[in-house]
Amino acid sequence: MKEFTCIICPRGCRLSVDDNMNVTGNSCPRGKQYAISELTNPVRTITSSVRVNNRDDLLVSVKTSGAIPKGKIFELMDEINKLSVSAPTHIGDVVKKDILGLGVDLLITKNID
Amino acid sequence: MRTVDLLVIGGGSAGMAAAIQAKKEGINDILIVERDENLGGILNQCIHNGFGLTEFKEELSGPEYLARFVSQVEELKIPYMTSSMVIDMTREKIVTISSKKEGVFKIKAKAIVMATGCYERGAGAIQIPGDRCSGIITAGTAQKYLNIHGYLCGKRVVILGSGDIGLIMARRLTLEGAKVICVSEIMPYSNGLNRNIAQCLNDYNIPLYLSRSVSKVIGKDRLEKVILSAVDEKMQFIPGTEMEIECDTLILSVGLIPYISLLDYIDCPTSSTKGAKVNEHMETMIEGIFSAGNCLHVHDVVDFVTDEGRLAGHGAAEYLKGEFKRGEKIVVTPKDGISYVVPQEINKDNEEDVTFKFRVRKPVKDVNLIIESNGELVAKMFKPVLIPSEMVMVKLSKDKLANVDKEVSLRLEER
Repeated sequence: MKEFTCIICPRGCRLSVDDNMNVTGNSCPRGKQYAISELTNPVRTITSSVRVNNRDDLLVSVKTSGAIPKGKIFELMDEINKLSVSAPTHIGDVVKKDILGLGVDLLITKNID
Repeated sequence: MRTVDLLVIGGGSAGMAAAIQAKKEGINDILIVERDENLGGILNQCIHNGFGLTEFKEELSGPEYLARFVSQVEELKIPYMTSSMVIDMTREKIVTISSKKEGVFKIKAKAIVMATGCYERGAGAIQIPGDRCSGIITAGTAQKYLNIHGYLCGKRVVILGSGDIGLIMARRLTLEGAKVICVSEIMPYSNGLNRNIAQCLNDYNIPLYLSRSVSKVIGKDRLEKVILSAVDEKMQFIPGTEMEIECDTLILSVGLIPYISLLDYIDCPTSSTKGAKVNEHMETMIEGIFSAGNCLHVHDVVDFVTDEGRLAGHGAAEYLKGEFKRGEKIVVTPKDGISYVVPQEINKDNEEDVTFKFRVRKPVKDVNLIIESNGELVAKMFKPVLIPSEMVMVKLSKDKLANVDKEVSLRLEER
């Protein structure tokens, strides 16, 4: 039996999973999905920011287009910190396709004129 | 003097929602005043995700969430003025604005929505004993330095206070290479969402110490160490429980306070939320001046701020169109176990459902929420879990409100 908090929404349900992968404590189907993923291959979506070349003291926010394995987070951060973009930026612009070969893209999440 | 039908003070989530709603209801002469360079307010620096689950049924980062409202403001051609700050206002709704582009000028509004957000309690407010060294900053300031400008505030960090911003910053600083040694919370429970404890602390093995606070800060120029001590039920430090921690930065996440200095100029009555006292239309006790968002009461989720902004925008539109029904006042009072309720007043002739928003004083389990009027039961609801860090919303239909006279109160009852 494993217990942990669901991070899918602000409700934060307390999930329990037994040895046969039966999930209890969830209030929605996404909780069940999260619990199984957490036990088999825990993943997280990462948000961060990258430097804007043509602006002083300004960063633009970014996120991964999907969740990546937890164990790859710091490797991803090292990669993100090597990147930079030029303004203007638009939400959804791809900063790096298939970053680190993880199968997700790094996307801009802020419009800068 | 310049005039405007609706002046919205603050171009964050509440202000934009209010302006959009009023515009949709036929109010065309609107001006949003925003002191920052861009619309969006605090969400500009909240680059993490988790916003919009109620509003858009998807998970967005702060800048993505705010951009959706900025585009609506643009599409609806609602005028806004950035780098502009309101520096004075009167009860007659004459507002003085200091604008980077247009200088200082006065404008007379027919209605105003206050959407000025909140500010962080700082080091002065909690009177930490010890040296007055650098390296002690609020979580929001650290967040702005890091997420907007790219400066890491320190390398070895202790976070005081387990509110959501503190937890989010614990993760963010860790990702950017700082060592977050611990989060310390004076209360016996965390004030942050459970999911943030899970994904911001547990994921990175950052310990959370409850019933423990900073009893001393030590540092000649820059912070060198902090002493954490356990506290008893009366919040007094317990001698002999000191933990000495070497660090260069102490981040404070010790509470948010509605920013209402403008309301002081007009002697606007306030409530226990530390924001303005309002009726069900989010109208303050001064006719035609409305308030919404974190300057009214501090919210945990931006989606609810947006919703409240719309309510204030709707109220302002009705007021401007002369459709505002007032009638006899019903006073709303928080009783046993409840720290505040918004709104604090309801107009008897209100023909809409009213949503009460409230917080409990301490975590409780298996309780009934009792809504009463003059000793008579109006509604009773079972609540399995209530915690102070989660605002609770309860809707009372207009039919039920018809049975309410003069006063209504909310309280918790053990089962």
